[in-house]
Amino acid sequence: MDQEPSRFKGKIITDQMAEDITRVEELAYDLRISEVMTRDVATLSPDQPMRDVLEVFRTVRISGAPVTRGNELVGIVSIEDLIQCLSKADLDAPVKNYMTTQMITIRDTDTVVEALKIFVNLRFGRLPVMDENGQLVGILTKGDVTRGILKALQKDYQEEEVRRYRARHLFEDIESDRTSLILRYNIRHLDFTHGGAASSQIKRALIRLGASPKVARRVGIAVYEAEMNLIIHTNHGGIIRVEIEPHQISIDAYDDGPGIKDIELAMKPGYSTATEAIRELGFGAGMGLVNIARCMDFMKLESSEETGTHLKMKVFLKEEDKVGEGYAATKEAAA
Amino acid sequence: MNVKDVIAIVNGKLLNPSADLDREIKGGCGADLMSDVLASIQPEAVLLTGLANPQVVRTAQMADVAAIVLVRGKQPPQETRLLAEEEGIPLITSPYGMFELCGRLFQAGLKSLESPVNE
Repeated sequence: MDQEPSRFKGKIITDQMAEDITRVEELAYDLRISEVMTRDVATLSPDQPMRDVLEVFRTVRISGAPVTRGNELVGIVSIEDLIQCLSKADLDAPVKNYMTTQMITIRDTDTVVEALKIFVNLRFGRLPVMDENGQLVGILTKGDVTRGILKALQKDYQEEEVRRYRARHLFEDIESDRTSLILRYNIRHLDFTHGGAASSQIKRALIRLGASPKVARRVGIAVYEAEMNLIIHTNHGGIIRVEIEPHQISIDAYDDGPGIKDIELAMKPGYSTATEAIRELGFGAGMGLVNIARCMDFMKLESSEETGTHLKMKVFLKEEDKVGEGYAATKEAAA
Repeated sequence: MNVKDVIAIVNGKLLNPSADLDREIKGGCGADLMSDVLASIQPEAVLLTGLANPQVVRTAQMADVAAIVLVRGKQPPQETRLLAEEEGIPLITSPYGMFELCGRLFQAGLKSLESPVNE
């Protein structure tokens, strides 16, 4: 048996193509026919009169049905066939006179994309679905595919909602004298390509935890400045450690040197030791520490030429800004 | 004013086609030093800058910038484009210089979202 996953089977997917693939397309490759098809199929016998077809289509509200003899699929009859028959006023003729016998069937284990290919390339409106023993197990229309994909998208959406809800209420169900969430990031010296990636992840985490956009922005800006300082001004980069508690966010940025000679001077707006090359990258305006002080409720800079620099920052969260305890969620609900 | 309006006013070209063009632009800010941007900009602004490295997008993300306009027809490196795409921030390049662009947008009714320095 073919064990290769059917997603993108036999196709070379370039990076560009992979980027352009939407969630709907992904689902078309993920979902199996058996997950979206209609199972309770109204079938007809080849010897029944066309009058019965009219009755079935009208009562079940369908526009096509498979025709079976015993367990064997022998044809398919559609509304077009019925119209043909009606135009000749031939409702007493047997189904076999009007049914289509040239059929394309599809396997229940195929992915939805296989069906989409058939729908697009051929004019069939419905496909009989067969199992591994060649038994009819269902029928598939474009409507089934649309419904199936919409249902899967809704499930995706609900899962994301649940994830967000859980993150927002992270601290509520955990009992301890003091619960906190710690995030650590290693920052490399002169790694401008990833510069800001840690700040970006921290900002996103805070939003997930239900922090207000204002708090996320303040922390984001301060951590970004601290991250760029580690990238630009250290010997070997450093570490950013963020501790999130319901009532406060504490951020520490450490490095192992070279240390700041004159902290008071370093804190002066416009003072910078950045080189011309760094300035060309848009940094070294001498505003980094000033920006951090502006965004944070508490800031302490310790530095020595022996041990390196340790920047401590804190944001105290007001009741309405608290994270991980569902305040944002309840506020939204109240609004 | 939305991103689409800004593109028309600056005679710009959008570099990440999947960006949301209906996003509202509440004002503007022009700077080449990223710390100046972080120090002064208020949320939902269009950022005019001559800098085209990925840090522009990171800065924009931290500062809740609604769109970035690169001045003087600058073509950013691939990393910048990819990051803008990932973060969903419209990245626009315009043939005009900084002064001309600020003037055009200001004249079209866009206010400044740069907070002045308080001594």
